[in-house]
Amino acid sequence: MDFGRSEQPGGVEVPLALKILIAGGFGAGKTTMVGALSEIPTLSTEEVLSDAGIGIDDVTAIDRKETTTVAMDFGRITLKDDLVVYLFGTPGQDRFWFLWDELASGALGAVVLADTRRLTDCFPSVDYFERHGTPFIVAVNCFHSVQPHSVAEIAAALDLDPGVPVVLCDARDRLSSRDALVRLVQHVLHRTVAAR
Amino acid sequence: MNRGPGGTWYDDEAGPVVRPYAMTRGRTRPVQDLDVVALILAVQDSVPVGGGFEPEHVHILESARRPISIAELAAHLDLPLGVVRVLIDDLVGAGCVVVRPAPTTAELQSRRLLEAVIDGLRAI
Repeated sequence: MDFGRSEQPGGVEVPLALKILIAGGFGAGKTTMVGALSEIPTLSTEEVLSDAGIGIDDVTAIDRKETTTVAMDFGRITLKDDLVVYLFGTPGQDRFWFLWDELASGALGAVVLADTRRLTDCFPSVDYFERHGTPFIVAVNCFHSVQPHSVAEIAAALDLDPGVPVVLCDARDRLSSRDALVRLVQHVLHRTVAAR
Repeated sequence: MNRGPGGTWYDDEAGPVVRPYAMTRGRTRPVQDLDVVALILAVQDSVPVGGGFEPEHVHILESARRPISIAELAAHLDLPLGVVRVLIDDLVGAGCVVVRPAPTTAELQSRRLLEAVIDGLRAI
C-alpha cells in the first residue's frame, strides 16, 4: 500500500494518521476500550479553555476570565508502516462541545459505548454524531457477559436511524473491541458506497 | 498534598512555574490549524541560533526525528495542545519541521483506504 508520503524529496515517509473517537457516558468504558486496543500506554493530552471557549459570551466576565483544563485520553494502533489509527476518548462532560467539534472534525467515525443500566447516558453522544453527520455505531459494553436486552431492543430504545449498527462488546477485551472498530469501518464503507 | 502551614501550595501542587502560554509569548492561535493527528517530522537537526527559540522548540524537534502526532507531542511534553500548535508553527516557519495534515473528508471516503483499515484491524 502507499499511504505514506514524503514531505520533501528523498525524505522519510510520513504515514497517514486516522482518528476514531470512543464516546459514551461517564463510566461506559471509554478509557478501558482505548487501553485494550492501544499498542502504547494510554496517553493524556490537555486543552486549556478560556470561558470564551465554553460558550460564555457575557462581556462583563472578561475581567475575571477563568480557564478550564480538559483532558483527553488517547491511544495508537499501527496498522501498517504507512497507516496509523489514533483512538480518542471524548471528554465526558457535555459542556465541552467545543472540544468535541475539534475531535469530530476529520474523524473517520465514532464508537458510542452504551451501558444498558444507564442507557440515557449515551444519548448526548448519539445526538451529537447524528447532528454532525459523523458515522457511528453503538457498542453495548457487556461488563458481566450477560446482556438482558437484545440488540433490537437497544436500537429501538435509542431511537437510532435504521442502518446504524448496534453491537455487543466487552471493552476490556482487545479482540472484542477490535471487532467493534471493524464494524464501524465497515459501516463507514457502506455509507460511502451508498452515497455514490 | 504538599501544603505548607498557611495553606500555601508547594511543588507540583503549586502548578507550573511558567504559565503555559508564556512560552508562546501570548500567542494562542497558530497560523494554520493543526489537527491532533497531524504528523510532524523534523527535517533539520537544530533550531536556528538567535531565532528566539525556547527549550520546548528543541524538545519538539528532537521528538520528531520520526513522525509523531501533535497529540503525542503534547502528551510527552506535558503541554496543552494549543501551546504545542503555536510552537510547531514556529518550527514550520523556520523550516525545521514538515507537517503531514490529517486526511481530508474526501480522502477518508476512499474505498481503498477503508478496506486497508479493515484488513489492518483484522490482523491485530
